[in-house]
Amino acid sequence: MKKITTPLTDEVVCSLKAGDEVSISGIVYTARDAAHKRLCELVGQKKQLPIPIEGQIFYFVGPTPARPGKIIGSAGPTTSARMDSFSPILLAAGLKGMIGKGYRCDAVRDALKKYCAVHFAALGGAGALLSQYIISAQVVAYEDLDTEAIRKLEVKDFPAIVAYDSYGNSVFKKVEE
Amino acid sequence: MRTIQFEKIVSEVEKLCIKSSHELPQDVLTALQAAAQKESNASAKKILNQLIENAKIAKDQQIPICQDTGLAVVFLQIGSQVSVSPDNTTIVDAVNTGIARGYEKGFLRKSVVAQPLNNRKNTDTNTPAVIHTEIVPGDKIRITLMAKGGGCENKSQFKMFLPTDDKEKIIGWIVNVVAQAGADACPPFVVGAGLGGDFEQCCLLSKKALLRKLNSHNTDSFYADMEKQLLQKINSLGIGPAGLGGDTTALAVMIETAPCHIASLPVAVNIECHAHRHASCEI
Repeated sequence: MKKITTPLTDEVVCSLKAGDEVSISGIVYTARDAAHKRLCELVGQKKQLPIPIEGQIFYFVGPTPARPGKIIGSAGPTTSARMDSFSPILLAAGLKGMIGKGYRCDAVRDALKKYCAVHFAALGGAGALLSQYIISAQVVAYEDLDTEAIRKLEVKDFPAIVAYDSYGNSVFKKVEE
Repeated sequence: MRTIQFEKIVSEVEKLCIKSSHELPQDVLTALQAAAQKESNASAKKILNQLIENAKIAKDQQIPICQDTGLAVVFLQIGSQVSVSPDNTTIVDAVNTGIARGYEKGFLRKSVVAQPLNNRKNTDTNTPAVIHTEIVPGDKIRITLMAKGGGCENKSQFKMFLPTDDKEKIIGWIVNVVAQAGADACPPFVVGAGLGGDFEQCCLLSKKALLRKLNSHNTDSFYADMEKQLLQKINSLGIGPAGLGGDTTALAVMIETAPCHIASLPVAVNIECHAHRHASCEI
């Protein structure tokens, strides 16, 4: 188990290989479909993003509401592939890592190589378990998107696997029929 | 005629929303435990045990099993001798009111947008539900709520086969649908297959099939055998829990059938994730 902290550096990203089990500590930002669309529109218009993404990790998650006195509700990863068309744009803008579930397309793999970035897989459908590793949560942008708003999460020892590394390798053996 | 109060239906549906989101049905838990025991791949075994632990945390701490608390799919079996009071209300209204209340009170995620394409604004109530009604004899209402996640529903498929096509061809296609779902749809899956009916009935059959107990078999030995073959072939794919490899790609395959047109052989596959959440009640 490799312990890594955010923000990510080239040195850390280069040390990660597909299949490595990692535990992530530090800040990660939540973003899923709707937030990705807005962020990429801003990048396209060369406007400033509402959050700094340089060296950061995006966690593809739309959590359930927190019960009173709790930090967050259930918070597991959503399907990464829906972010495929957006991720290369954000990686070019400085994003260094992503956490989701399932496969990424070739364009994302290429972008991970080009910009020295990494994609992690967290356990899909285990939102109750994964919520235990989140120690703070705060909406920082796009509050109108409710669950899809961008949240700044602080995580401690968040478990994940390197699904796609910066060398073009993947942990998945995709079944071809 | 038996009269059932609108509020009674609302409160029962509210309870179903909360229960289904926090408590994995016993048959699903048992299937996960059996799979964890049998799994020969060490990391797959570890993942299956994490899913069992996740279910335990969800129940103990009342945190949803999965953050995608689903689109509420509701199956109503309404006794022909039932009426709802007051007169100006309907069962459908009561179900939607119960879902809005259950998702709010249970701190569940609202995952429904009012429009599919233009202006995808969240309705903030997780309604409307998708409601299927059936009129049955008697004076009771049976309500089954399935909280269906988007990730797995997205991987479901439908295809019209030729009436002269054989079992092997259909098995091959269903296995391929599961292969295409892969890691994206949260394996190990529960696979529902609908054979026959027409375009829409076939899809409904595939979803209804998911409501059977996971250790059950189709009552017709031909389809029961097909379920067995499918499960074996799907688990030979090696996709495994979370798509990271292993023997456990599906927990169960369940087929439901209906008569169909001489020209047709519709087949639908509904992919369900391991967080197979549903609950029922009878009023």
